[in-house]
Amino acid sequence: MQVPDVFEYERASSVDDAIALLEKHGDEARLIAGGHSLLPMMKLRLAVPEVLIDINDLEGLDHIRIDGDEIAIGAMVRHAALLESALLAEHYPIFADAERVIADPLVRNRGTIGGSFCQGDPAEDLASVGTALRGSAVIRSSAGERTVPIREFHQGPYETAVGDAEMLVELRFPIRTHIGSAYAKVERRVGDWAVAAAGAFVQLDGDQIADVGIGLTAVGADGFTCPEAEDLLRGGPATPERFADAAQLCHDLCAPVTDQRGPEDYKRHLARELTRRVLHRATARARGEES
Amino acid sequence: MTTTEVPTSAEGNPIGFGRMHRKEDARFLRGQGTYVDDVTLPGMLHGAILRSPFAHARIVNIDTSAAEAHPRVRAVITGETLEGLGLAWMPTLSQDTQSVLATDKVRFQGAEVAFVVADDRYAARDALELIDVDYEPLDAVVDAKKALDPDAPVIRDDLEGREDNKIYDWEAGDAEHCAEVFDQADVVVTQEMLYPRVHPAPMETCGSVASMDPVSGKLTIWTTTQAPHAHRTLYALVAGLPEHKIQVISPDIGGGFGNKVGIYPGYVCSIVGSIVTGKPVKWMEDRAENLMSTSFARDYHMTGSIAATKDGTIQGLKVDVLADHGAFNGVAQPTKFPAGFFHIFTGSYDYDAAHCNVRAVYTNKAPGGVAYACSFRVTEAVYLVERMVDCLADELGMDPAELRMKNLLRPEQFPYTTPTGWEYDSGDYPRALKEAMRLAGYDELRAEQAERRRAFEAGETNQLMGIGLSFFTEGVGAGPRKHMDILGLGMADGCELRIHPTGKAVIRLSVQSQGQGHETTFAQIVAQELGIPPEDIDVVHGDTDNTPFGLGTYGSRSTPVSGAAAAVVSRRVKDKSRIIAAAALECSPDDLEWEHGRWFVKGDPDNGKTIQEIAFASHGNLELPEGVEGHLDATAVYDPPELTYPFGAYICVTDVDAGTGEVKVRRFIAVDDCGPRINPMIVEGQIHGGLADGVGMALMEVIAFDPEGNNLGGSFMDYLLPTSMECPSWETGETVTPSPHHPLGVKGVGESATVGSPAAVVNAVLDALQIRSADMPLTPAVVWRAMQGSPLRNDLAIE
Repeated sequence: MQVPDVFEYERASSVDDAIALLEKHGDEARLIAGGHSLLPMMKLRLAVPEVLIDINDLEGLDHIRIDGDEIAIGAMVRHAALLESALLAEHYPIFADAERVIADPLVRNRGTIGGSFCQGDPAEDLASVGTALRGSAVIRSSAGERTVPIREFHQGPYETAVGDAEMLVELRFPIRTHIGSAYAKVERRVGDWAVAAAGAFVQLDGDQIADVGIGLTAVGADGFTCPEAEDLLRGGPATPERFADAAQLCHDLCAPVTDQRGPEDYKRHLARELTRRVLHRATARARGEES
Repeated sequence: MTTTEVPTSAEGNPIGFGRMHRKEDARFLRGQGTYVDDVTLPGMLHGAILRSPFAHARIVNIDTSAAEAHPRVRAVITGETLEGLGLAWMPTLSQDTQSVLATDKVRFQGAEVAFVVADDRYAARDALELIDVDYEPLDAVVDAKKALDPDAPVIRDDLEGREDNKIYDWEAGDAEHCAEVFDQADVVVTQEMLYPRVHPAPMETCGSVASMDPVSGKLTIWTTTQAPHAHRTLYALVAGLPEHKIQVISPDIGGGFGNKVGIYPGYVCSIVGSIVTGKPVKWMEDRAENLMSTSFARDYHMTGSIAATKDGTIQGLKVDVLADHGAFNGVAQPTKFPAGFFHIFTGSYDYDAAHCNVRAVYTNKAPGGVAYACSFRVTEAVYLVERMVDCLADELGMDPAELRMKNLLRPEQFPYTTPTGWEYDSGDYPRALKEAMRLAGYDELRAEQAERRRAFEAGETNQLMGIGLSFFTEGVGAGPRKHMDILGLGMADGCELRIHPTGKAVIRLSVQSQGQGHETTFAQIVAQELGIPPEDIDVVHGDTDNTPFGLGTYGSRSTPVSGAAAAVVSRRVKDKSRIIAAAALECSPDDLEWEHGRWFVKGDPDNGKTIQEIAFASHGNLELPEGVEGHLDATAVYDPPELTYPFGAYICVTDVDAGTGEVKVRRFIAVDDCGPRINPMIVEGQIHGGLADGVGMALMEVIAFDPEGNNLGGSFMDYLLPTSMECPSWETGETVTPSPHHPLGVKGVGESATVGSPAAVVNAVLDALQIRSADMPLTPAVVWRAMQGSPLRNDLAIE
């Protein structure tokens, strides 16, 4: 049996209470939501927090709803709810594409979107989804709320914009029309982290690409994306040749690291192959040719 | 026999062979099993092992003072403590020695360095971090191919006179004849391949609860062992404890697959911990410890060459093996055969030239070698020959099914002696292959594949399709005492059968189930022989004080050896019941006939006695013939005359995404011939499990090491096991060719699917890609690199 080192445990009763507890215990305290990243790291003693602040009792953080011209998702929404959401399926099938290949049902029943973002794992699927969609993150502290673009949220492996005594409370995604979105991942086995993955949305204006967003997972892409590829596509026709060119830019500009999931050249190849595939699928969905 | 002919008991179960629910499942389904970790004794303490972070390092100093000062720690044991007891080193099952707790050096990452005994497992774990070990790191031998380089560090400098890392060279077959045949052959194909290091990874990790009674001097150890009697004898030999003062109890075991054959340092430490503290001590390893330190499997680097005529008649096969045994030679196999049964590599085909060379080396990796349902390395052998046959098919441009059919041994050749000396008992190989091809719809699959290939070449799809075959023959049921022993212990199995006055029975076995359903299968054997319903038969196993001696369950030997013992002991009871029935019926035993658990007078079927009536009479006051004792109990020891040889034909259909290298197993057809099936449901379950193992090894399982010797497979995030998502709905079929020398004709099946399936999966993937070779595991990266012509080395860190 793997057991963590000694730690204290607090159970927060509200967001304000959680933030107060974070202020009280300082930077050796960690929030625990689903716990499916933190607890394994604690059992391996890779993470040794002195205090765990349990936020599973918190109310008002489990919504998926339209709020103005955005879709708002509470930080405590579980992966399983994202997978099953009819609202997300209607606007952004990329979520269901990604959720279907995140971990397994047991993990998806507990893990949360907020936890996934805050863990900041370079292989996190939802980070690429959020990056592709150019959403924003709402972060609260005792001083109030601030909103950070998701593209500025991740500041390096396991580093995010959430500071000490701050808490991510909501993710927001703009509602767009005439769009399609998609996510594709290669994994060694169901439930494994991505060898590489890619996500995209494509917004069409007739045959022209009005807007596009690309997310790249586990390939060392700066900010989980490739703006050069987006720039290449935006404002031009949605053709296989241009998708291939954009995918090639993703291949050239990402910086994957060789590990047991695969060598660097293979991950680059996947960045290209999967980007090409998701651009095709997102476009087909935008055209209503594919569900 | 079909199930409709089998009489059933009041509970609807067959009285004899047939499908019935497993008797043991009632407790497992209710969560009422008793595993080692469920054993809790009064005053029990908990142990934890400090392990080496280095693959190879000299131990300069160990400071245990801070750990000893921990308020909940009762003892800290080091190699120095053990040296005083003569227990710092222990013998392995292969005439080598293994460090219990390191005294001089650590020789693999995860090697045992110290043992803490504390009031609870949390304190024991915490105290490990208080032990300060001063290591002097040494260069590690990671690549087996460099283990014999002149400048390679000598790992086993503890062994006197040892100047290199070679363990042994061993050969089988006729090298000279092989050379002649190969010189004259039309076609010779040579192929290197790796069967990489994998791990059995049972759901339950290894552990023990040791309790030394200071008054009686009796040691009781509850432990995860597949071979309780072998463990007891070894403890007696190693620790000098009298054998009658040792009781080994193997309770419910959560999977073994060979992982629980050997004795691990943790078991010895828990015993020493109990002696030192005077309290029972529990040690239960965690998942990482299990993956990093307990018996791995395979790690065979093989170079095969196959010779044939240009029309596809196989003439010979030879192979050079470099075997990576890790830091200690800890394999478990019959003494005569250091490479296990690898020399069965000639497989299922008819040719007379064969030769193998096996060179085994030490590396700075965990010891082990025979595990993961390998059938004493038949797994490696079958993989080699089945890959070589596909390489030959590729060279000749022949369909691999046609090539196999042309060369399979024919039924009239049995019993058949192979070029390396195995005596195959019985078989109808073409029938099994034809059945597999029929179930698969082989010709239709080939037509679909051709269409898919056309569409791929036309740019219409990136999905390729492959069809892979494998035909295996295993030698199981070790073994005949004349050939086989482990550390001098012969491989015959005892068995005791006691019949109570009311006709209920208890059978006592030396073999130990790890999930195979022995409590059902062995009850069905007795039921088949005596007509006592299986629910009236208790199966006792896993306790050396309550069962007769035998070497345990591995190498698919339980039914071939102990199953035969159960049949023999039942027949002894039956013979005696005839005499007693005759006395009761006042006739001669020769006048009696047997049917479904009842002796009756020939020509007068109403005049008879059931086995239950006879059991009561045998305990009563019935006058028995001169020299006949009362009761029906009997004992037997079964020494198998030969091995049994199950075989099978497997076909795998894969879809391969040429754009990403992802492989999906679409179908898997398994036709097994293990002789008559005692409980077909249990047999199919064994096959299903083995096929999942095969898919896992073929596609994802591997323990690789980085250049410093760090284990890269030490958790289930890194060591991938297949899930239901990677497994298709298995399609099983059967043919039945009884073994002529086994009392029940049965051949054993426990490892068949694990042995036979990996080659079928690999052959299917390579068939899809139209390339000749790639090594397991065929992860997407490995497949893609193979397609690029720049294959990865799967036993090392990816570069």
